[in-house]
Amino acid sequence: MDYFLELFFGGLTRGSIYALIALGYTMVYGIIQLINFAHGEIYMIGAFVALIVAGVCTIYGLSGVAILILAGAVAIVYAAAYGYTLEKIAYRPLRGSPRLSPLISAIGMSIFLQNYVLLVQTADYLPFPRLIPDFAFMEPVAHIIGSPELVILVTTVVTMILLTLLIKKTRVGKGMRATQQDMNMARLVGVNVDRVISMTFIIGSALAAIAGVLVASYIGQVNFYIGFLAGVKAFTAAVLGGIGSIPGAVLGGLVLGWAESFSAGYISSDYEDVFTFGLLVLILILRPSGILGKVTKQKV
Amino acid sequence: MWQEFKQSIVVSIWFVFLTFPLMVVRVNTMEDLVEWRWMNIAWVAIASFLLSYLWRYMLARKQVRKKVEEEGGDTRSKLQIMLENESLRFKAMGVLLVAALVYPQIFDTYQTTIMISALIYVVLGLGLNINVGLAGMLDLGYVAFFGIGAYTFGILNHHFDVGFWMMLPVGGMVGCLFGVILGFPILRLRGDYLAIVTLGFGMILKVVLENWGSLTFGPSGIANIDKPGLFGLDLSLANHTIYIYYIMIALVVFTIIVTNRLKNSRVGRAWMALREDEVACIAMGIDMARTKLSAYALGAFWAGMIGVVFASKTTFINPASFTFMESAIILSIVVLGGMGSILGVILGAFILILLPEYMRAFSEYRMLIFGASMTLMMIFRPQGLISGLRQTYLYKGAKEEIDNG
Repeated sequence: MDYFLELFFGGLTRGSIYALIALGYTMVYGIIQLINFAHGEIYMIGAFVALIVAGVCTIYGLSGVAILILAGAVAIVYAAAYGYTLEKIAYRPLRGSPRLSPLISAIGMSIFLQNYVLLVQTADYLPFPRLIPDFAFMEPVAHIIGSPELVILVTTVVTMILLTLLIKKTRVGKGMRATQQDMNMARLVGVNVDRVISMTFIIGSALAAIAGVLVASYIGQVNFYIGFLAGVKAFTAAVLGGIGSIPGAVLGGLVLGWAESFSAGYISSDYEDVFTFGLLVLILILRPSGILGKVTKQKV
Repeated sequence: MWQEFKQSIVVSIWFVFLTFPLMVVRVNTMEDLVEWRWMNIAWVAIASFLLSYLWRYMLARKQVRKKVEEEGGDTRSKLQIMLENESLRFKAMGVLLVAALVYPQIFDTYQTTIMISALIYVVLGLGLNINVGLAGMLDLGYVAFFGIGAYTFGILNHHFDVGFWMMLPVGGMVGCLFGVILGFPILRLRGDYLAIVTLGFGMILKVVLENWGSLTFGPSGIANIDKPGLFGLDLSLANHTIYIYYIMIALVVFTIIVTNRLKNSRVGRAWMALREDEVACIAMGIDMARTKLSAYALGAFWAGMIGVVFASKTTFINPASFTFMESAIILSIVVLGGMGSILGVILGAFILILLPEYMRAFSEYRMLIFGASMTLMMIFRPQGLISGLRQTYLYKGAKEEIDNG
C-alpha cells in the first residue's frame, strides 16, 4: 500500500508539473491554433535563469527560502520576456500563412533556443541547489511524500486558482476567451487581439517558468536539453485532456503523470517514454479531441 | 530616420536585457564561482541594433514583393528564370554529372567521405520532400525509417551475413512496410497532430533501440558491418570509399529521376492537390487515405534504403545516430532548399552539410544557424532557395483568341 501511495503521489507531482507546462500549450493553441514547439525551451530557460540567480545569491550569502522566491521571480520575468519576444519574432510575421509555416518556425526556434543555451552556458548537467527545505511536520509521511513534492503540489494548486481567476474575472481573461471563440468577432468588438495573443504567451511562459524552477529544485539538475522531452510530454498532456481546454490540460497532466508513474513502478522504467508516446498516438487516433475537448467539425 | 534609430535602440536594449543572465553570468555551483562575461553585452547590443535594421528592411521588401505579386507582376529571381530554361537545365545537369563522376579522382579520400555523407543527406532530403514538400505532411520522425533500414541491415548482416546488395532493396522495403504500418492509423490526423505523432514514433524507436538489447545490442550498437562487395574483390579502404561514392551517385540519380517522374504522375498531382486543399481534394474524388499512405510509404522507402548505405559506409551503428536532431537536420534541408523543389533540396543538403564541414569555426554554431534559418526562411522566403517549378499548361489557341478579341 505504501508503494502504491508513493507512486500515486509521485505521479501527482509529476502530473502537476506537466499540467503547468501543458497550460501554455493549450492556451496558445486555443487562440492561434499553433503548437508552440518552443514552449519546452521556455521552461528550460526559466530553470536556467533560476539556477544562475540562485548561484549568484548563494555566493552573496542569502538563505534558502529567500533565494527560492527571488530565483522564482526572476525566472518568471525572464521566461515571460522570452515568450513575448518569441511570439513577436517567430510567429507574428507568419499570421495568416499556411498552417505548417508557423509550426516549422516554432521547431526552428526550439532548436535555436536549445543551442543558444548550449553555447552560452554549457552542455553538462549543472547541479541545482536544494532550495526547498525539509519541513518537520512532514516527517511521519516522508517515505510516501516528501517536502519538495508538497511544495510543488501546493504551488501548482495556488497557481491554478490564480489562473482561473485571471481568466474568469479580469479584462485580459475576457479578451482571451473572446479571442478563442472568434478572433475576427473579438477584433470587431474592440478587443486588441495582438495584445491578447502577447498576453497569452506571457502567461503561458510564466507558468512554464514556475514548473521549471520547481522541477529543477526537485530533481536537482539542469541541462539545455531538459525542455525538449518535458515539452513533448506536456504537449501529450494537453492533447490528452483536449487541446484548447484549460481544465483539460490539468486533467491530462495528472492522467499522464499517473500513467508514467505506475507503468514505471509496476512494469518497467526503461520503456517509460514509450508508454507516454504510445498513449499520445492512441489518444490521437481514437479520440483526437481529447478527454474534455469538444469535437469540432470541419466546415468549408 | 530618427524614428528608426530610436526603434533600433529599444530593440537593442531589450535584447541586452533578455540575454543578460544567460550570456553574461556563468555560475559554477560546485565551487561557488561566478564568471562575469561583460564583453558579451557589447556584442549583443551591436548585433541586435544592426539586425533590427536588417529585419525591417527585409520585412519591407517582403511587402513590396507581395504587392508586385498581387498586381500580377513577375517576382521570380534571375536564377529561377534561368532554371526554367529547359535546354540550359539539361546542359547544366550534364556538366554536374561529369563533375560528380570525376570528383573522387581529383580529391582525396577524406573529401570523398564528406561528399558521401552530403549525398546521403541529398537522398534523405529528397525522400522527406515527398512527405513534406509534395504531400504537405510534416514528418518529424523521418529518421526512424532511416534507423530501421540501417538496423535491418546491421542485424541481418551480423547474424546471417547477408550482403549489401541483397539488403539494399530489402532495407527500402522494410522501411516502406513500417511506413505503411505506422502511417495507416495516423492518416486522419491534421497536419500539426501528424507532426507530433511522427515525432513520437521517432522517440519510441530510439528508446526501443536502446533497450531491446538482445536484438539491437543496446546503446553500444552493432559494429563490423560489411562494406558493399564488388564481385568478391578485395578493395582497399580508399577504393572502397570511392566505390561507395559511386553507389551514392547512382542512388542520387535514381532518386532524382524517380521523384521527378512521381511529381508529374497522377499520384504526384494528387499529393500536391491534397497539400493545397484537403476537403476540395476529397470532393474531387481522390482517395485521401491511399494517396497519403503512398506518400508516407514512399518517403519511408528512401529512408530505409539509404539507411542500408549508411550502415555499410560507417560499418558501425548505434541509437545515437538516429535522434530527433537528425530529423531536424533533414527537415531544415527541405525547408531551406525549397519544399517541393528537387533542385532546391539538393542545394539545401549541400549547403547545410558541406558548409559546417569546411568551415570548422562555424561548425559549433551549426544547429543554432539551422534553427534560425528555419524560422527566417518561413518568414522571408517560405518557398525556399529555389521554389518548386509548377507545371503550367498553355492552351495553344489562347493567343489567337486574344488576337481576335
